[in-house]
Amino acid sequence: MGEVSVAKLTDIADGDYRIFAFDNIEVGIFRTGSKVLAYENICPHAGGPVCQGKIFNQVEEVITPEKKSAGLRFGKQRHIVCPWHGYEFDLATGCHPGDPSMRLTPVPVAVRNGQIYISIA
Amino acid sequence: MLKRMPPNSNNGKKHNGNGSKNGKKAARVKELPKITVQTDTRDILAHAAKEKRDDYFIVDVDAHVTETAFWSEIIDRMDSDVYRQMARAFKDRGGSPPGLLNATPGFLHQDVFGRIPHQQRLAESVPGGRTHAQVTLVQRAMDSMGIDYMVVFPTPMLVLGMHPQVETEVVIGNAFNKWLTEEILPQDSRIKAMLYLPFNHPEACVKAVEMYADNPGIIGYSVTSTRFRAVNHDSYMPLYSAIQASGKPLGFHSGFHWGDQSMQQCNRFISMHSISFVYYNLIHLTNWIINGLPERFPKLNVLWIESGLAWVPFLMQRLDSEYMMRSSEAPLLKRRPSEYIAEMYFTSQPLERSNLKLTEAAFDAINAKTQLLFASDWPHWDFDLPNSITSLPFLNEQAKRNILGLNAARLFNLDVPKHKLAKAKHAPAGRVPVTA
Repeated sequence: MGEVSVAKLTDIADGDYRIFAFDNIEVGIFRTGSKVLAYENICPHAGGPVCQGKIFNQVEEVITPEKKSAGLRFGKQRHIVCPWHGYEFDLATGCHPGDPSMRLTPVPVAVRNGQIYISIA
Repeated sequence: MLKRMPPNSNNGKKHNGNGSKNGKKAARVKELPKITVQTDTRDILAHAAKEKRDDYFIVDVDAHVTETAFWSEIIDRMDSDVYRQMARAFKDRGGSPPGLLNATPGFLHQDVFGRIPHQQRLAESVPGGRTHAQVTLVQRAMDSMGIDYMVVFPTPMLVLGMHPQVETEVVIGNAFNKWLTEEILPQDSRIKAMLYLPFNHPEACVKAVEMYADNPGIIGYSVTSTRFRAVNHDSYMPLYSAIQASGKPLGFHSGFHWGDQSMQQCNRFISMHSISFVYYNLIHLTNWIINGLPERFPKLNVLWIESGLAWVPFLMQRLDSEYMMRSSEAPLLKRRPSEYIAEMYFTSQPLERSNLKLTEAAFDAINAKTQLLFASDWPHWDFDLPNSITSLPFLNEQAKRNILGLNAARLFNLDVPKHKLAKAKHAPAGRVPVTA
């Protein structure tokens, strides 16, 4: 099928995402500022609709110089969370935070003249 | 140009995509909704529906209703007018758990704090009319996953065995059984149940077994494992005799309880939950074997539910090892503990499979080809799909069919359509092994 236009950049709010189903593939498109990333809507765990889940910032645990826990906080890394089982994936890399080999399948995406294009087979 | 498809039931957004740049065949596209608590079960499980195979006979031996969503219907069925009044009185207090139940407000960590919406609530739209909303929810899940029979258990009531008032467990348990057999099971013969036994009151359990002996929807009896009762206590022998005489199996459905002092050492839900679901069944199974209950009730089929499998080979070897040195403490045994355990039944969920060599070893240890029963645990957060079995590379086709449904058909005496008895001509669709 090649390159397909799916939306205007402005159709997706900054920080938001939309999911589109084509004949043979479902794709989540995530916008951060002028940057756009796209992943297949298939969780590598059990095949869940990962891109239809929610985005949460990564949870971090703060450790003091004495190696004590100073509690939890949200970090800056943004994760898409599969709604089936809660698997989290770093939006920037598509990787699970604890196992980089468990990762989303990226879909080639480009923005030209304010239009978002993805390349699909 | 892209041909815009109508949005599905939960999708209010319109798509403005506009076609293939290189001029090849136009792409059909529709926008998919973000999944929330309002999303229809069929949309949540749409990917599962794509994988389902109509030639497989599948029995889901452990799924759940959410009884607290219909709690007033259960209260109405409580035997005692005093308890009905007590239960209804809770409604007037904000923040109370459903009347008389010992669920702990604020301890609902299962949905990972909003990350897994279907665990939070199934708040989707269901049609009114004669079909009970709970029946509709179960049917949607069954149809999406290609399940022929679904055996349903309660949810918050899984901790009812920890209720300090024995009589309250009896009142609630009996009312739940009435609700299930009057409102839910009669509406769809594909939905089955293992009767809730108020196990802290052995005599009440015997009465329940007798009362529902001929109910076609009740295919077995269940004990919620989360409790401090020794299954080998003499007071239970009449119960086991009655169940053995019924020809139906007895299942122990595990659970968790963070109020358990042992579990209070765990500071995170993940820790407590990982251990707790194994812990209770590990103790009950140990007592069951060491006290020679398989010798006392040789025709009683026993099923261990929702503890996964990895603990079983551990316990087999541990008990064998100690038994060989201390057989005088288990004088009823005529064989090694592992031999009795290998004749019991186990449900698959949550199936440990991050190391498939270990998974395969567990399958071998328990004779999975004849003793393992598929379970989804839907709609809970750690549910498994049939692909948790079909994707296992070490199982042959017949073993997959046995585990998915034929073993359960034998245990529960369920009818299997002829076209689902035949061996598949093709291997299942080739997903990579599901790991977790």
